[in-house]
Amino acid sequence: MMLRDLLIKRLLQLLAVAWGVGTLTYILMRALPGDMAYRIAASRYGIDGVDSNAAAMVREELGLDQSGWSAYWQWLGDLMQWNLGNSLVSGLPVVDTLWHMLGHSLLLALTGMLIAALIAIPLGLASAYWGGWLNRLTLTLSTAMHALPVFVIGLLAVVLFALELAWLPVAGFGSAAHLVLPALTLALSLAAISNRVVHTEAQRVFSAPFFEFAQIKGLSPWQAFLRHGVRNISVPVVAFFGVQLITVIEGVVMIESLFSWPGIGHGLAHAIFARDIPLIQGAALTMGVLFVVLNTLVDLACHALDPRAGDPA
Amino acid sequence: MLKPLLSAGVVAVLALAGTAHAEPTPQNTVKIQAAFEFSSLDPSSSGYVYTRMQILETLLNVDDRGALLPGLAEAWSVEDGGKAWQLTLREGVLFHDGTPLNAQIAAAELNRAAAKPSALQGVPISAIVATDARTLRIELSEPYRPLGAVLAHYSTALLAPSAYDANQQVTALIGTGPFAVHEITVPHKLVVERFDAYWGRTAGIEYASYLTGHRAEARVLQARSGQADIVFGLDPASVPMLKRLPNLDIVRSDLPRSLALKLNAGHPYLADARAREALSLAINRTGIATAILHAPEAASDQLLPSYMSDWHLPNRKAQFSPDRATELLAELGWRKNSERWLERDGKTFELNLITYADRPELTSVATAIQDQWKQLGVKLNVSITNSSAIPAGHSDGSLEVALIARNYGVIADPLGVLIKDFGSERGGDWGSMDWANAQVRSDLTRLVAENDPGLYRRQAQRIAEAIYTERPLIPIAYYVQQTSVNSRLTGFRFDPYERSYFLNELSWR
Repeated sequence: MMLRDLLIKRLLQLLAVAWGVGTLTYILMRALPGDMAYRIAASRYGIDGVDSNAAAMVREELGLDQSGWSAYWQWLGDLMQWNLGNSLVSGLPVVDTLWHMLGHSLLLALTGMLIAALIAIPLGLASAYWGGWLNRLTLTLSTAMHALPVFVIGLLAVVLFALELAWLPVAGFGSAAHLVLPALTLALSLAAISNRVVHTEAQRVFSAPFFEFAQIKGLSPWQAFLRHGVRNISVPVVAFFGVQLITVIEGVVMIESLFSWPGIGHGLAHAIFARDIPLIQGAALTMGVLFVVLNTLVDLACHALDPRAGDPA
Repeated sequence: MLKPLLSAGVVAVLALAGTAHAEPTPQNTVKIQAAFEFSSLDPSSSGYVYTRMQILETLLNVDDRGALLPGLAEAWSVEDGGKAWQLTLREGVLFHDGTPLNAQIAAAELNRAAAKPSALQGVPISAIVATDARTLRIELSEPYRPLGAVLAHYSTALLAPSAYDANQQVTALIGTGPFAVHEITVPHKLVVERFDAYWGRTAGIEYASYLTGHRAEARVLQARSGQADIVFGLDPASVPMLKRLPNLDIVRSDLPRSLALKLNAGHPYLADARAREALSLAINRTGIATAILHAPEAASDQLLPSYMSDWHLPNRKAQFSPDRATELLAELGWRKNSERWLERDGKTFELNLITYADRPELTSVATAIQDQWKQLGVKLNVSITNSSAIPAGHSDGSLEVALIARNYGVIADPLGVLIKDFGSERGGDWGSMDWANAQVRSDLTRLVAENDPGLYRRQAQRIAEAIYTERPLIPIAYYVQQTSVNSRLTGFRFDPYERSYFLNELSWR
């Protein structure tokens, strides 16, 4: 019952986000200075090819003379029919371009989050269990890592692994080796905070009376951890991963540009320069929807981990 | 009867040839990195990438000095006093799908290109027809000398009929070049494979890949680490470091591209040619070329380089004379005020300059000029925007000064670009703006029909002189392209018109 309420609520949220993000990007893009026809012509035909003639042809072909309202209604009407339109620059359907980019972005984001979890969870648990110098060391490293912007981490990784050691490619895509450095960069910036969250939660659980009692009643520390620790620690940690999704999306945009990774962030940046409004709306919409969907999945996971919590929304 | 059988046989051979190559590996693929994306498959939009990668070819080619060479057409003649061009197509040319090239296909392709923003725009074409299977006739309403160079431009490259869908959209890149598409991911990855049935010199290498590297720093790292074999558009600042590496050859090439200031000659402060000359004299070109472009020899106050000799005035040296500049402005009534800005009738000499970030050096050069003009007392506000703001500002008259990088080799005959830039009363989007010089306009129009080389040169020199003395544009420097080539390759050469990467001439060392 409560689960159904949550899903209905999230579905409504999804619709509101889709409409809001699309409308807001439309208004913002229209409000930017500069003539759209010229912008699109510059992206299509290059710096040497853009002139008034090319702009006039673009204006006529795309009907850019129509009013802002009618273009907006057309977009909204198309959206209702699941049609995101065609890119103004390439002429290809936005959906196809987005699928191509989204695949790359999701691959990067999920690999990054997986590596982040593999780094953060053992490190956080170990520093909470043993404390002392290990804790101080991870705290220092985490602070330093968090203080660095993600592109600096990326550049340092390139210098070390691609140039000095020559183990991995500098940038690009197409093989598993190309994924390693961008994913590692994302993972390091994510793990910088999440290992401290794991640490805090683990410390809370390890010093909790119920955990001590579990060991007094005869469970080994490992058994106590598995039976009473894991679930208690994971609820806030999973919730925190949900909060961190914002960092993932931000990080992905930076990292994709740095490593020439053809994902949605990279595509969005280019589409903005080109004033390719359908592609911008499509990309922003996808990111917004993805955000709601992933948050819902996090909520469902929390709900499954701790059914006592009642309505998780 | 024989012909269809023959083509069927060729198709079968091609199909076999297609499977004969091993899959691309780092060992058998030449990896190329450059800054440019290809936003669509249409040659009118991104054809430069496809002709450079030698997938598509044009009817004519040009050598590195701009002279016409045979391409898909092996011979051509100009008739009717320049009002008709007859081209004879090469025999035995096949598209990558096995279709033989004929004049009907070529005519349809050129007609298609003429309807798009291609180099054919502005050419006074009245008809493009195939007179027989191998002969193509282009009829003009008036003579147009640069047509040959237009037919060597990427936007007129030929695609096979099967490259289009029912709506006439390009859905596949099927050309005639020495390489066929193996894999294409718009907008940044392209892998081509050797086309064994090519009519000319077949390639020595099996595969080549093109990857867009947006960031100049990332491209330098790719060259340094050996992950890219050929890297175009190296950041000048990184060249000395790359030159020290034993596994790289750095190739320096002159480009027919000029860095120049476009001025609104209709602006009250800029209408007098003396004001424009003063602004030109106040620019330390050698300083800019040395510090920013890392190529002191590239500094120039002429629009076109010396190898375009008809358009280049011999024995002139770029002048830098702030004192003379001050004198000239004083003649026009400009005096320095207490804040050291020039002032006339209570108004400060203040101008707005726009430029674009696509070429990183433009921003630095703009701020250098800002500083150099400040010494003169001219206040220059620099704003960095999109390249399209320049034609837009020209067309609505709002532009005052723009720093541009203009390619005079877009088509190999600079006349085509010069007509666009200086040939009409208001000037051109990337050329003069409200510059009242009717002589240059009529000379340019006449040149289009001029077939006598001596007369052509004389008129071209007169136009170059007018541009030099009246400064509707203030040239600053020419472009130099730095390319790194990994030493595992041999046979690399650079095309200053950037039409081809000559991949079919490369081989492994």
